[in-house]
Amino acid sequence: MQLPYYPGCTLKNHAKHFEDSAIAAMERLDMPLVEMEDWVCCGTVFSMSSDDLMLQVASIRNLVRAEHQNLSELIVLCSMCYNTLRRASDFILSDPENLDKVRKFMYLEEKPFDGTVEILHLLSVLRDRIGWEELGRKVVRPLANLKVGGYYGCLLVRPEKYAIDDFEAPTIIEDLLGALGATASPYPYRLECCGAYQTVTNKDVTVQRTYELLNSARNAGCEAIVTSCPLCAFNLDQRQRETIEQFPDFDPMPVFYFTELMALAFGANWDPEWTKLHFVNPEPILRDKGLI
Amino acid sequence: MKNVPMVTVYIMGDAYKVPNDCTIVGAMEYAGLQLTTGVGCREGFCGACATLYREKGDYKLQSGLACQTVVTDGMYIAQIPFVPAEKPLYRLEELKPTVDTIKEFYPILFCCVACNTCTKSCPQDIQVMDYVQALIRGDIKRAAELSFDCIRCGLCALRCPAEIVQYNAAILARRLTGKYLLPESPDLVARVKEVREGKYGAELDELVKMDEKTLSKRYYAREIKIEP
Repeated sequence: MQLPYYPGCTLKNHAKHFEDSAIAAMERLDMPLVEMEDWVCCGTVFSMSSDDLMLQVASIRNLVRAEHQNLSELIVLCSMCYNTLRRASDFILSDPENLDKVRKFMYLEEKPFDGTVEILHLLSVLRDRIGWEELGRKVVRPLANLKVGGYYGCLLVRPEKYAIDDFEAPTIIEDLLGALGATASPYPYRLECCGAYQTVTNKDVTVQRTYELLNSARNAGCEAIVTSCPLCAFNLDQRQRETIEQFPDFDPMPVFYFTELMALAFGANWDPEWTKLHFVNPEPILRDKGLI
Repeated sequence: MKNVPMVTVYIMGDAYKVPNDCTIVGAMEYAGLQLTTGVGCREGFCGACATLYREKGDYKLQSGLACQTVVTDGMYIAQIPFVPAEKPLYRLEELKPTVDTIKEFYPILFCCVACNTCTKSCPQDIQVMDYVQALIRGDIKRAAELSFDCIRCGLCALRCPAEIVQYNAAILARRLTGKYLLPESPDLVARVKEVREGKYGAELDELVKMDEKTLSKRYYAREIKIEP
């Protein structure tokens, strides 16, 4: 069964390894991801920062185009795109006046927005359509001895209405990691914010977050963490450059996209190009566990 | 002329009666205005005659090329003489065809909220917003393809609420695509070599000697080879 999916901008450049690995992993599950045509930026969460309808238009256009392409659902990999698309859709549909205004402004689009497309995160598709047991049976290269923590951040579980799992005590990432044969250790800060866009104007805030978050994971026994958000990945991986400078006691820790570990577990080979997009080289730990 | 139905148009606020089948350029000249700027080829190719107008009973501000848009009764017209648009300097041979290059020279592109106003304003029916989005995600070749028919009238940049200069960014995309992303054309390489060796006089002499009619016939019969 093919899954129509929405990639989002970052997955086409600085998070290419996120997309590539997801495609590789899902091919091996016989559920290939098929990119929707003519998608645009999701609008990122700034569209949630006010009630300005103009800022919802990017999200809504993707949904209009998906409707026009007769897609009944869109599978999203990036937490931010997932969260933004769902909330924008609900925001417009929740108020007939909003819907009317947006339709009037978008009078030259493919069709009027109806809100018929269901927006799903890949993680919930894995859980609800395949199931952890079945996923476990597809594993050809178990991630044995890999102690890894799931990092949820904000956008997979907040606000509660859009959470892909229990919003206070989610297990979906740990369940996936367990199915792949890894040892998933929950740690206290796994739902904490990574600092998000503070990374642009207030870099030190994210450096502090990275230090605290990754130490929290390490203290729970994790050797690496996984995420599904390119902004979290940037803050927690790339910002380790500054974290090492500011905190002499800090030990670097690899940060994976969950799909990279899926790809390995389902038998795809590690692509050296993925390594280039990481700041902390993940190859030593993968080699150590016999995964590459 | 007495049988031609007339309409009233408002050019820069003043009312004029003009024939109902005039283009906007035609209407302005019929009204006695001498156009020294904001007009060019009159064939819809040069992009010099960007115009903004409103039609009677319609709240929408519309845009188009004055030489390609026919007047309607009660139309309000403003001719745009020039579009001041930001244009950074770069050396193409020093650039890489990546999203980081786009970010360096046109950071404003990343302010796009995908409102699509640029696409609505484009007289060439180019998917302007879609090529801006392609640039944001580093798909430079796609941006070059989508923007290929751009005639640089500047209406997209004039109407953009995010102050993006779409058409100049598109030029960078097409230059990067031509230099780095497309296969080299063997015909072009061969021809450049010939020109460097001074082999260009004969064809030019032939064209110079032609009368206008033959030249025109030759122009319209020319073959455009599409590289695979």
